[in-house]
Amino acid sequence: MNLQIEDKGAAVLLLVEEERLDAHNSGDLKNQMLKLFEEGKHNLVVDLQAVRFVDSSGLGALVSGFKNASSRNGNLKLAGLQLQVKSMFELTRLHRVFEIYTDSAEALSSFQQ
Amino acid sequence: MTTDRIAVDIKVPNQTRYLCLIGHIGENIARTLRNYGGDREKLAYDLNLVLTEAMANAIVHANEGDPAKDVHIEISIIKQNLFIKVFDFGPGFDIEQYIEPSHPLDDHGRGVYLIHTIMDEITYLPTDSGHVLEMRKAL
Repeated sequence: MNLQIEDKGAAVLLLVEEERLDAHNSGDLKNQMLKLFEEGKHNLVVDLQAVRFVDSSGLGALVSGFKNASSRNGNLKLAGLQLQVKSMFELTRLHRVFEIYTDSAEALSSFQQ
Repeated sequence: MTTDRIAVDIKVPNQTRYLCLIGHIGENIARTLRNYGGDREKLAYDLNLVLTEAMANAIVHANEGDPAKDVHIEISIIKQNLFIKVFDFGPGFDIEQYIEPSHPLDDHGRGVYLIHTIMDEITYLPTDSGHVLEMRKAL
């Protein structure tokens, strides 16, 4: 999958550069996050601004990342959700699980407070 | 009133790279319908999602990820009802256990629940060569 990873100090930013996050590519995101956890990076921001479609596998990969971050006393926060993608989080009650920010700058600054 | 008469019959290899193709067909059907009074963009997303989830289920759970197998999908509109059938050629899975929403922190098990919230009817039946997931939505 097309994914940009940037270490921003307080957190690592993962910019998903795909139109879809689905059963075809969500495994790649999951593996990249696991790699970061193994490197000791426990605070992640996943920027989904380019993603206009997410399925249950995409949601599952993000939940897996969230649980891994939490178990290491870190956090996984989301940014840039398009309207219909945000509805998916509401439908599955995941909007109560994740901290969701308008953009990645906001999400990153929340880690610095 | 002019009614839509659409029938699409497609077979693709049992691989997740074709999810996008199938999902886009659903979106384009939603945007092409002559008579639809609801939110067309929501319907486009919903049909993309239903087709993606149903096909992913067939690939992962029913056909056991065998790339040599096919997934067969039929989409039709009859009298303002949209019908989707997804045929797999594997041993199938127990759909009942996935109908209820999973715990928010489960990694898996949301696909069938999502289909169930969008479609009006959903059944999973055996065929001569595998199973068929049949779904109906009133338009």
